[in-house]
Amino acid sequence: MSAVSRQVVVLQASWEFADEVIKRGSRIFPEEELKTLYACIQCGTCVGDCPSGRRTAWRIRHIIRKTQLGMREAVLSDETLWNCTTCYTCQERCPRGVATTDVIRIIRNIAFEEGYALERHLAVARNFAKIGHAIPITDEVKEKRKRLGLLPVPPTTLSYPKALSEVQKIIEIDGFLKKIQR
Amino acid sequence: MRYAYFLGCITPLRYPGIEAATKIVLKELGVEVIELNGASCCPAPGVFGSFDLWNWLILAARNLDLAEDLDAKIVVTCNGCYGSLQEAHHLLEDVVRREAVNEVLAKIGRRYEGRTEVKHVTEVLLEDVGAEELKKRVKKPLKGLKVAVHYGCHFLKPSKIRGHGSPEAPTYLDELVELTGAESIDYLDKLMCCGAGGGVRAGRLDVALDFTLEKVRNIKRAGGDVIVTPCAFCHFQFDTGQRELMSKGLLDKPVPVAFITQLIGLAMGFSPDEMGLNDNFIPPKYLEKIS
Ligand code: SF4
Ligand code: SF4
Repeated sequence: MSAVSRQVVVLQASWEFADEVIKRGSRIFPEEELKTLYACIQCGTCVGDCPSGRRTAWRIRHIIRKTQLGMREAVLSDETLWNCTTCYTCQERCPRGVATTDVIRIIRNIAFEEGYALERHLAVARNFAKIGHAIPITDEVKEKRKRLGLLPVPPTTLSYPKALSEVQKIIEIDGFLKKIQR
Repeated sequence: MRYAYFLGCITPLRYPGIEAATKIVLKELGVEVIELNGASCCPAPGVFGSFDLWNWLILAARNLDLAEDLDAKIVVTCNGCYGSLQEAHHLLEDVVRREAVNEVLAKIGRRYEGRTEVKHVTEVLLEDVGAEELKKRVKKPLKGLKVAVHYGCHFLKPSKIRGHGSPEAPTYLDELVELTGAESIDYLDKLMCCGAGGGVRAGRLDVALDFTLEKVRNIKRAGGDVIVTPCAFCHFQFDTGQRELMSKGLLDKPVPVAFITQLIGLAMGFSPDEMGLNDNFIPPKYLEKIS
């Protein structure tokens, strides 16, 4: 067998996945803005301007097309999905007004809860669940803060246990905690 | 002019110099800044927005509600915090969506009415203080300094929500920089992303650093003495990121970084130490040029 195996897939195109993405995202964004997903004509403006596509295999145009075709698993499991910096260049320049960057984040949300989250991302999320910040505080920073005339620990969830418990309660109620404990 | 300073994560926990400089400069300019006690991560639009947008929106609403309780507007020093809080504020103008979020907030005894406003520190400087006044306050013009402005992505985009006009050829940051007497230089792909956003720094460090390297090379070619950003996360990516690039043997000579309020403070006559400029990893060599 050659190292590269070619699979022949008979594609049954369907709007099912695109509909799912729009429906899920409409809890956050106006639905009519997400429906722009149907309007992509594969012109390539997005991919031509993408700074991530310049240096990695990430192709925003492919993801949009595969989503339109209903290739759910291929999209969710695509490792390059996590190479987008959400810089919005594509969304700003799309001549069809497709909300590309918002669509990427919604697709990532689905991938995240279906087991495709990166380990390093889970670590960030777990740190947040613990202290309310994406990154931990260090002794070195406490020293720097003191030297600058600031409180050694900032007046955030790090200093207010009640505030932290509010944050922790929210992520328990809305289901986020469960998604990062797996 | 009363603002609650939303700190976020990178400013207080990695670059407190930005926090110190911002407080000193705003106070000197007559802007009242109060603490936003009990705030959490904004949560970051690219990272937490990529994990779970519903959770992102609720946590952002909680932070907005803290300011609403104080009857204050919010000021931020990070495009990420701005991205999250300004967008959440906008999305929560929709009453149906706001009520759905408030159902969750009610369980922690909170309710957000949509009554605060989110301002980036550059907006406070240009709109509340004003260019005229800022110019008057410059005591030590930064003559001869070549500044490479890095805008970052989320202050201007998505432009439909941000409402600051076209993101294709912005000038507001160049104008702010030139008020200090420094020169804002042009360079290739000036508006390109630093590479850190969207969880790429956390998840794919090499990809993020490759963006940064491209930007730094372009800045060096154009003769930039210092990179000036309005975003703590971009600041982090340029300062810490260049150190990482050097340790990987990918970069020889780095370009120092300064946050916009640090640069303005310097021009107002505050010392580099007061502005936290020596707390960056890359030493502020450009100071030799202006002293
Ligand atoms: S720029 Fe818009 S219409 Fe063109 S391929 Fe990209 S998403 Fe589709
Ligand atoms: S938002 Fe993502 S896909 Fe779009 S141009 Fe930026 S990096 Fe590329």
